[in-house]
Amino acid sequence: MATKSMGDIEKIKKKLNVLIVDDDPLNLIIHEKIIKAIGGISQTANNGEEAVIIHRDGGSSFDLILMDKEMPERDGVSTTKKLREMEVKSMIVGVTSLADNEEERRAFMEAGLNHCLAKPLTKDKIIPLINQLMDA
Amino acid sequence: MDAHVAQLQMQYRNYILSLYQQGFLDDQFTELKSLQDDGSPDFVAEVLSLFFDDCVKLVGNMARALDQTGTVDFCQVGANVHQLKGSSSSVGAKRVKGLCINFKELCEAKNYEGCVRCLQQVDIEYKTLKAKLQDMFNLEKQIVQAGGIVPQVDIN
Repeated sequence: MATKSMGDIEKIKKKLNVLIVDDDPLNLIIHEKIIKAIGGISQTANNGEEAVIIHRDGGSSFDLILMDKEMPERDGVSTTKKLREMEVKSMIVGVTSLADNEEERRAFMEAGLNHCLAKPLTKDKIIPLINQLMDA
Repeated sequence: MDAHVAQLQMQYRNYILSLYQQGFLDDQFTELKSLQDDGSPDFVAEVLSLFFDDCVKLVGNMARALDQTGTVDFCQVGANVHQLKGSSSSVGAKRVKGLCINFKELCEAKNYEGCVRCLQQVDIEYKTLKAKLQDMFNLEKQIVQAGGIVPQVDIN
């Protein structure tokens, strides 16, 4: 499978709509900037419950959801399960801490993630996933 | 004026390199710098401001948790350490992150004296980093005021 160049990403990325779910304001600001830097647009949710409400209220359709694992109200595992139950088809990428062990990562994946990335997020980590979205 | 700008730019490059070489910063800081653009010229400063606010809050929380008479809630201390580790990792604050990794182990071992010592080190370390980054921003300001452009520094 040929890797898309940044030029190809330029053509498609304007439609890339991302939901960033994280309780840490620092991560939200950085992840929003990363998405903007690669040309996407983003919306944020401060915890899993907000993410569920955004989808429940309808009208929201995201290409990609960046899902933090540890959050108050509703954590990433529970949120991912709930969104899949609601038949949300977006690519959901879990964002984990390096401290998370293999079992915790597996449980997160089994909740319905498409991928899992370790913090801190960078453009280099996100772009291959966007390539996959474009190839799908 | 050109010679003065060139001198400032050289000073800036050397200063940035020293921050990486001395372990204050890592690649994530480079990532943050790469995200700054003309549309958000103060992005790095804003992110760092949030980070240092976090440091004040979390160090305060840890100090209060360790200052409890009776049984110390090491889980609570550990939760704050975990948050600070995450924040420091997000901005590339390498030494602070390293201390947090040790600190977490001390919390898990319920090592009170170790935790107190580590907290003191974290306090010193984030304040040191804050001062060094302030010097970096001051150099950037001097370069711009002298009519120059802040150079991109290749740390590799």
